[in-house]
Amino acid sequence: MTERKIIVPGEIIVSGDEYLPGEGTEKNGNDIIALKYGLSEESNNLVKVIPLSGAYSARRGNVVIGKVESINFNGWVLDIGAADTAFLSLMEVPRYVNKDALEEVLKIGDMAVLKIWSINKRGVDLSLKQRGLGKIEQGLIVNINANKVPRVIGKEGSMIKLIKDETGCNITVGQNGFIWITGKDIGSELFAKKAIEFIEKKSSSPGLTEEVEKFLKENKK
Amino acid sequence: MASKMTTSKITKERVEKYLAEGKRFDGRKLEEFRDLKIETGISENAEGSAKVTLGNTEVIVGIKMNVGTPYPDSADSGNMMVTAELLPLSSPRYESGPPKFPAIELGRVLDRAIRESKFIDLKKLCIVEGEKVWTVFIDVYSLNDDGNLLDAAGIGIVAALKTAKIPKYDSEKEKVLFGDWTDENVPLSTEVPLSLTAHKIGEYLILDPTKEEEDLCETRVTIGSAKGSISSMQKGNLESLKIEEMEKAIDLVDNAYGGIFKKIEEQLK
Repeated sequence: MTERKIIVPGEIIVSGDEYLPGEGTEKNGNDIIALKYGLSEESNNLVKVIPLSGAYSARRGNVVIGKVESINFNGWVLDIGAADTAFLSLMEVPRYVNKDALEEVLKIGDMAVLKIWSINKRGVDLSLKQRGLGKIEQGLIVNINANKVPRVIGKEGSMIKLIKDETGCNITVGQNGFIWITGKDIGSELFAKKAIEFIEKKSSSPGLTEEVEKFLKENKK
Repeated sequence: MASKMTTSKITKERVEKYLAEGKRFDGRKLEEFRDLKIETGISENAEGSAKVTLGNTEVIVGIKMNVGTPYPDSADSGNMMVTAELLPLSSPRYESGPPKFPAIELGRVLDRAIRESKFIDLKKLCIVEGEKVWTVFIDVYSLNDDGNLLDAAGIGIVAALKTAKIPKYDSEKEKVLFGDWTDENVPLSTEVPLSLTAHKIGEYLILDPTKEEEDLCETRVTIGSAKGSISSMQKGNLESLKIEEMEKAIDLVDNAYGGIFKKIEEQLK
């Protein structure tokens, strides 16, 4: 793996036949060109850009947190912070729903944890059919840059586990940058929020886990 | 705040619960302001300028002056106008293009606060009665919006006006010599007007909200006052305010005035 470099869209990252374009890049002739602003990385001749900013782009299988924008005759339209609006169909709710009373499940303005089960031309289709998904009844919602979500989760969930253990909160991280925190009191929820914001700010520094550990120890009451 | 989405109702429950304990998310008291920093003279070409930082909120204010004709109903006094622009750079919620409601409101509320307090002595800005007067253009730009742009911009205007110098004017050629200033300050009253806003969340009134709190606030009232006398007022958002709440808001703003005023004085030295 070569050194990471800051790359702007349109910049040629590497030239050569042997390279393959990965995420956030495009092949143009012999050149691999960046499509996003971020850090370039290559391994096994695969070149990709780790984005530093930008809106969330929806992917199949992602667990996201969305807010109900409007209600149709057969489902709910949600805002998940992506370019497309997302749709939750009646069929994807794991219980019987009276078609005249969709509000009983989710009202406008309500938030829910959902899963993206397909992406097509019309937009994103969401589902509630899985464990851990459903309406958010109470807690704290924190919004961070969606590109920093991998940092908050950490390697195999190490970072999020650390925060959960230290604060005693239950944390659900949506891939779209929305994070739902519930704890025994507001103080510990706010502590978890602070830790997450700390990670977002320091996301590109090395040895982040140790730093967060230190931060949590220092600020713990 | 990385997304356009407004703060959720669920968070509101938590904010209210915390306010009931007399606390806010960032550890401030209900009536406490964030750190206020004022930097003046940030623009070389402006007659006066200031950058105000209130926590993460950042606003710049510039003053330009030009000679024009007075309005027929005030032939012996100069003109002033406040324009505000909410730059797309300051928040994902703002788009470029013609100003929308929030930007127009910001400009007009501040215009009223400065104008009605008679802070600028417009009579002294008259050159030839009925023919030539100075016009003061006050431009407000948001650099970062983390709530309470109204108050930050109001403080910025005061700071920028206090440091502004009148440009030289060639009366023979009838031209303003831009980039060449006289030693004269803009004629200002000693009573500094501050327009401060009280926001209501649930049953609680707070000052200087962050964007999160601003999203959740049901109603707000902006009060422009100087030395205890109120000269302008604007109520925003949809909900109503009871008479007692209104009185409380006035008290809150009145109490905060001293602290903010002192900070401005300190930082303008």
